[in-house]
Amino acid sequence: MKTATFKIWRGDAKGGEFHDYTTEISEGMVVLDAVNHIQATQANDLACRWNCKAGKCGSCSAEVNGMPKLMCMTRMSELPLDRPITVEPMKAFPVLRDLITDVSWNFRVKKKIKKFKPRPPDAPDGTWRMQQEDIDRVQEFRKCIECFLCQDVCHVLRDHQMHEQFIGPRFLIHVAALEMHPLDTENRIDELRNTQGIGYCNITKCCTKVCPESIEITDNGIIPLKERVVDEFYDPFGWIWRTLKRLSDKGLK
Amino acid sequence: MPDYETFERDVLVIGAGGAGLRAAIEASAAGVSVGLVCKSLLGKAHTVMAEGGIAAALANVDERDNWKVHFSDTMRGGQYVNNWRMAELHAREAPDRVRELEAWGAVFDRTKDGRILQRNFGGHKYARLAHVGDRTGLEMIRTLQDHGIHQGIDVYMEHTILSLLKDGDRVVGAFGYERERGRFKIFRAKAIVLATGGIGRAYKITSNSWEYTGDGHSLAYDAGAELIDMEFVQFHPTGMVWPPSVSGILVTEGVRGDGGILTNKEGRRFMFDDIPASYKAQTADNEEEGWRYCQGDKNARRPPELLTRDHVSRCIVREIKEGRGSPHGGVFLDISWIKQKLPNSAEYIKRKLPSMYHQFKQLADIDITEQAMEVGPTTHYIMGGVRVDPDTQMSRLPGLFAAGECAAGINGANRLGGNSLSDLLVFGKRAGEFAAKFAKENSLGEVDNDKIETTAREALAAFERAGNENPYQVQHDLQEIMQHSVGIVRNENEMKPVLDRLKEFRDRANGVRVIGNREFNPGWHTALDLKNLLTVSEAIACAALERKESRGAQFREDYPNKDEALGKVNTIVSKAADGSMQVRLEPIQEMPDNLKQVIEENR
Ligand code: SF4
Ligand code: SF4
Ligand code: FES
Repeated sequence: MKTATFKIWRGDAKGGEFHDYTTEISEGMVVLDAVNHIQATQANDLACRWNCKAGKCGSCSAEVNGMPKLMCMTRMSELPLDRPITVEPMKAFPVLRDLITDVSWNFRVKKKIKKFKPRPPDAPDGTWRMQQEDIDRVQEFRKCIECFLCQDVCHVLRDHQMHEQFIGPRFLIHVAALEMHPLDTENRIDELRNTQGIGYCNITKCCTKVCPESIEITDNGIIPLKERVVDEFYDPFGWIWRTLKRLSDKGLK
Repeated sequence: MPDYETFERDVLVIGAGGAGLRAAIEASAAGVSVGLVCKSLLGKAHTVMAEGGIAAALANVDERDNWKVHFSDTMRGGQYVNNWRMAELHAREAPDRVRELEAWGAVFDRTKDGRILQRNFGGHKYARLAHVGDRTGLEMIRTLQDHGIHQGIDVYMEHTILSLLKDGDRVVGAFGYERERGRFKIFRAKAIVLATGGIGRAYKITSNSWEYTGDGHSLAYDAGAELIDMEFVQFHPTGMVWPPSVSGILVTEGVRGDGGILTNKEGRRFMFDDIPASYKAQTADNEEEGWRYCQGDKNARRPPELLTRDHVSRCIVREIKEGRGSPHGGVFLDISWIKQKLPNSAEYIKRKLPSMYHQFKQLADIDITEQAMEVGPTTHYIMGGVRVDPDTQMSRLPGLFAAGECAAGINGANRLGGNSLSDLLVFGKRAGEFAAKFAKENSLGEVDNDKIETTAREALAAFERAGNENPYQVQHDLQEIMQHSVGIVRNENEMKPVLDRLKEFRDRANGVRVIGNREFNPGWHTALDLKNLLTVSEAIACAALERKESRGAQFREDYPNKDEALGKVNTIVSKAADGSMQVRLEPIQEMPDNLKQVIEENR
């Protein structure tokens, strides 16, 4: 059987280092299998998160050979086995232990985003009508599994640590999903520009490249939001006109 | 006693999947303070993995549907040992619970006239499952999560409860630890809702994550509540079988609902070979009719691939045992064949089943629009759980409620696909509502300090032992035994010895040694979960031995037929005064005439 050598970062907030582990590799194996196997046989206390093993829960984010990845969706066969494979925690968040980072900031950010506020129901039975083509885009954003890999690669968070000024790509598309929801009546443009810092994004598209759900974070989410911000702040009457028109096109009286 | 951090809430919900979140939302809407404990991060619970949809008789796609048909389908699927009152409430209330999700921001796939789209699923007479492609669970948990965080619920992420605390008979608190630092915490509450999900980790091949170690089942049992129907463990017919590292990962029933067929190595659609009498009238008898059904022809009957999960699993096992399986020990599930029928089949498949396409492409190098998948049964769900009052979801212990997979009753001997997500919503809401009511009528009780001390001492013992038993190894060996001896096909000769083996396992579990310290130490967490796994394993084996017949998910080689008398009883597991496990049979309450009539009308 083939073997692979791993260099796994072990440590905590005070510091740490890479430890070497060797493990056997079987067909179809993913990095998470190897890490779990090392944990079960050689390092019972190796801390890592995982749940679904199928790219659906977004728990197992880490950096594999320096690339932000879901460990459960990274096949060993994609990696060169002639040199050690490094596995380390995400960099944009404080390390708690080994591969685990403190991602609680993300949960706090989300709480501050204004919640969904639907228009009154369309039908007497309290239900709404929406056409599939009007929700395709929102459904794309709602595929997000909250793995926070996009947050991890965004230089505004990773290099400049501007967590207080900028909500990051994950939450920009969360706002986009709400703003583009055909039923939503809330307005989140003001805080997008001010407290949520959309202006810090300079459209490098690094977030889109790492998204395991292939969400077009920048082109479909951030850029249209930026346009709305520009419209509202620099052409407020035009914006009101277009919004009214958009709503009336959707059949809202 | 050391000074453990203590939290006080009116209602404490343990578990933050669909049921727990829904319960927390309902309780806080009733105006009480709510704490929500989750074993992982918020939004990562097993609900996220649910693919197919939420069963609710909205009648958006087929106007013939209504709660009565849904109720009858659920009872038939559960082989009539369900709690009929729960099945009734579930069928009546599910449509409102789905519509409510839309009001909270969920974005379901749409019908042509703009309403919530519904899809076909096994055992459901009409297209009934509200869905979002094949990621419905994600949509549901995210909607509840995003709604819940604005309700003032206090969420304790990455916390695990080790024991419930009682004041006399009443449950008044819980004791556990947080993973990050390993510190113990006391939660005092006027009412507690268990919503901890399933027991899948008791088996080797499972779709469940590390979290599902029967915590709620075991906490309730230890505190003195009853468990019911524990013999009924659902083996989902289609889990991945290849490559080995992904074996057990779920392949949604939606594949079959959208036209996927099961074949053996001879290319034969073996599901046509064995159609149970109770389903003959509503099952297609030729391939053409089955395809028409999947395409929405209301005059066609459904293909046999959409028979109930227990039956499909057994047919697959039969094919494999008799040497007609696929190369890696499964059978073939093929959706690519529809290219003979649809010009744009690849697009159709990718749109209907995006995450299945992705999953096979990335994990198995298989393009499901071109090739067949290899699948086999995987441990998926337990119908059994905490026995609760059907209306309030309270157990026999005052102040202790349960909802979702860790509670029992609605599903009987076999759960229909799609009935889980709706169960979480319907009974999560009810549990939250009645827990809040209970909390308003009662004050905080006194927590039992001795219990706290013993729990803490036992939890830390593993750090000090000289032994060298590895907790992962013990878990692994237990999974092997359960898979082999208390799995899909059971008999007394295999199961009896398991009870003795479980005693050995208990000794091994008490001898595991944990390395490292208390900070985020998965080895320690695995060791602590063993106790719960052993409790549920024993309960499953005891109940399975007691039910000397084959019904639904329980298949006994030594009693291959249904026994009419046993169709009128449930198995009840409880803890005797001396601490031993007791199992008994209890008659099911007679169904009222109006419901009997509903069933007759829908035969
Ligand atoms: S496109 Fe914007 S949000 Fe995305 S990584 Fe670049 S700067 Fe960050
Ligand atoms: S947008 Fe993509 S990368 Fe970012 S959190 Fe969601 S799934 Fe992960
Ligand atoms: S374990 Fe769920 S995404 Fe990797």
